[in-house]
Amino acid sequence: MEEQNKKEYLDSLNEIRSLMEKSSRFLSLSGLSGVVAGLTAIAGAALAYYYFNGKIFEQNFIYDLLRSDYLELTNSITFLLTDAIFVLIIAIMGAIYFTNRKAQKDEAKVWDLAAKRTLINLAIPLVTGGLFSLVLAYHLQISLIAPATLIFYGLALINAGKYTVKDIRYLGILEIILGLIASFFTGYGLILWIIGFGILHIFYGIIMYVKYERR
Amino acid sequence: MAQENKMKNILENINKAFENRIRLGIMSVLIVNDDMDFNSLKDLLGVTDGNLASHISALEKFGYIDVIKQFIGKKPNTTYKATSIGKKAFQSHLEALEKLINNND
Repeated sequence: MEEQNKKEYLDSLNEIRSLMEKSSRFLSLSGLSGVVAGLTAIAGAALAYYYFNGKIFEQNFIYDLLRSDYLELTNSITFLLTDAIFVLIIAIMGAIYFTNRKAQKDEAKVWDLAAKRTLINLAIPLVTGGLFSLVLAYHLQISLIAPATLIFYGLALINAGKYTVKDIRYLGILEIILGLIASFFTGYGLILWIIGFGILHIFYGIIMYVKYERR
Repeated sequence: MAQENKMKNILENINKAFENRIRLGIMSVLIVNDDMDFNSLKDLLGVTDGNLASHISALEKFGYIDVIKQFIGKKPNTTYKATSIGKKAFQSHLEALEKLINNND
């Protein structure tokens, strides 16, 4: 068989492989959005640090908070929720911005079927976890909010990992492990939350950026 | 002679229905996705409406894909699915391609 034919077959196979991947996975997700999410989480934690006069890392922080009077407790919960919502909004905006930028660079369409699937599969555990955290706050079980957000976020990443860059699953597994540790050692909840949402995101984002985007 | 016969066998598995790049593309997408709508297919393959439509109907005639017409609310929504015959045919086509490439090393 001539070399030319062989090359043609190889090209066909490569095209098939690339189409299979492009059509089933959302590949425009940028590592930089992970870095932004991590930095935002740390900034949110810093804000909480100042709000509570540096007490958030103390082992008994949450128990002291629960023993405070009702007004102070509701104020604290309101602050924490607002803080968390701002962190979430900024992290999502960062993800949208860097994803758009990466898609433009790759000349890919951002909002395709794979992107929708990724988002839906991410959203189901994530929204469940968000509502569950509100329920925990309602029952004043605030020591379990940090672990719950870590666990549900980890599950969301694993669920979405089927439709986007595979590596996101490993991040999900690490978040779940941290969440489970945090649910036993509730005194360390906030530190583990900062590790999970801050430091892990930054590390993961940099690794993804170096692996797939730097050229 | 044995070598020639072997080659002939492989070539028989190279499916004429898939010789066109667009048909190959449609099948690749439908193998890894349960179903896909017309516009998503068009974007993925970067082809015109007419071109895609004609290759879809060709594959449908071979019995390799199913056309599913539904309504979402009042909007018609047509999606495409690979049939089990189509999946099998595509699989043997891929294996034949691989053999052709490896045979010549």
